[in-house]
Amino acid sequence: MEKIKAGTWVQVHEIVLKPEERTGKLPEDTKKVPLEMWVKGFLKEDAAIGDTVEIETLTGRMVSGSLVAAEPAYSHGFGDIYIPEMLQIGMQARAILRGEGE
Amino acid sequence: MKDLSYDAVMGRAGEIMKTSLGLDYDKYESGSIAFDYEQMMEDVSMSLDEVIGIQREAGVGNTPLVELKNMTDLVRKISEPGKGARIFVKDESCNPSGSFKDRRASISVYMAEKMGYKGVMSATSGNYGAAVASQAAMRNLRCVIVQECFDSKGVGQPEIIEKQRKCESLGAEVVQLTVGPELFYMYLRILEETGYFNASLYSHFGISGVESLGYEIANEVKERCGKFPEVVIATTAGGGNVTGTARGLIKAGATDTKLIGASVDLTGLSMASDEDFNKKSFTTGHTGFGIPHAAMPDNTDTPRSAARMLRYMDDYLTVKQGEVFYVTELLAQLEGMERGPAGNTSLTAAFALASTMSEDEIIVVQETEYTGAGKSPLPQLAFARENGIDIHFGDPDTDVPGKSIVLPNHPSMLKVRHADLDKVSASYIKNAVAEAGVSKVTEEDMEFLIAETRHDRAFVEGCLKDLGVQLP
Repeated sequence: MEKIKAGTWVQVHEIVLKPEERTGKLPEDTKKVPLEMWVKGFLKEDAAIGDTVEIETLTGRMVSGSLVAAEPAYSHGFGDIYIPEMLQIGMQARAILRGEGE
Repeated sequence: MKDLSYDAVMGRAGEIMKTSLGLDYDKYESGSIAFDYEQMMEDVSMSLDEVIGIQREAGVGNTPLVELKNMTDLVRKISEPGKGARIFVKDESCNPSGSFKDRRASISVYMAEKMGYKGVMSATSGNYGAAVASQAAMRNLRCVIVQECFDSKGVGQPEIIEKQRKCESLGAEVVQLTVGPELFYMYLRILEETGYFNASLYSHFGISGVESLGYEIANEVKERCGKFPEVVIATTAGGGNVTGTARGLIKAGATDTKLIGASVDLTGLSMASDEDFNKKSFTTGHTGFGIPHAAMPDNTDTPRSAARMLRYMDDYLTVKQGEVFYVTELLAQLEGMERGPAGNTSLTAAFALASTMSEDEIIVVQETEYTGAGKSPLPQLAFARENGIDIHFGDPDTDVPGKSIVLPNHPSMLKVRHADLDKVSASYIKNAVAEAGVSKVTEEDMEFLIAETRHDRAFVEGCLKDLGVQLP
């Protein structure tokens, strides 16, 4: 696999608490899964996705974890599907304001 | 090397708190149920004028107060003759990071700088993270925001993903976690590691920063309309918005103005559940935070919370998810103001409430929030629909959180629903007794519980008797 160069802005993933280490007052579904963490920072040494690596975060903290992404982008937007119901709301309200019946 | 295990870190919680808040909360404790809330608030040690001065310097506050004339007209079209109060909104999205939370962050971050901390931290998946990041950027402090972001499949709600982006765009380091209250453990670990200031949502600094909001509203309405508003509505989750706004109204002399809290009704969904996490379309301002925080205010990241909503709330209204998306759309379509849905929770309650009030009365909705990718009705409803939530027009009362979102099929279907504050107050008293571990209350406790719940002595005594607690 292609190596990601040291100094690249990356994201790492770590299991903070395994299911058996989680605290008592949790719903059953949450107890069954680990507490996971993602942090971004600059990669300290060349590595491939999936390697256990060390990063230096923006505040200068050293964090280790499994390398999951290099230069991660933001992919959220305005939804992958349109919600046509939203169109109706303003149209109806305008009609009521104009006194065009309901 | 310090022991970083869960038990070891939690064992050091008291010490970490003291260091990261620069304050020993023990001095406010009575040793029983009561603690000296007013003294804690006084220890902010700055006047409201000084608070406002700090905020102005940071570009915070003095936001436009906009009368929503078309929405008021719409309310009047569907109300009995003579009904339909004037609705105003305080456009808090005009603050530097896009929400009223800048007021809350501004004083905490100012104090962090003054006390010599190198950086600030906050545990929040909401707008507060962006506010702390923004204020920290202005004051050249470093910033770490710890967020509950994902379910166990690594899927996050678009709204929270957007908050992560926003915090990062303002220069903060964001630590993202999966669902669970052990977020507090990671938060403490990083506070200890960095030595940063705990810019908690619930500190007295944070709450004092919100007072300027109530103060501005009271004065501006008085100036424009010749009287204080009859009602101010605040979206509530942790209670800081309600508490700070109410304190500001009181400081402005608007003691007859009713302060009403509003939350999105998410009854039935567990806040700590991995499976429920992505079934809710509101990540804050909902009853899943509002009711427990009202009943157990000190269950926060400070030893005592300065946000105490039962002390300040005259009424508590709940709204449905579909109603809030609907009203968010009305605000955009009728008033030309596209704003984020979560901030419109109180506007939704105001819309319903206005039709029960007379035309010469005034309701002020005390916030709006920014909107954009991930944080708008379209992405949030698209995410819900893709997760199998049934979205349709109908009667919002038929909505089942986690299963359906019902958009009202007519504006007249928005309803005023009152939460049972007697029940919440009774559970507050039960929790306070359990937390203090007492079997007998002192006279000081009695006075404290009366002030905390805004109930009379007979109510408090009745609750205590039911619990088998000995009266003074």
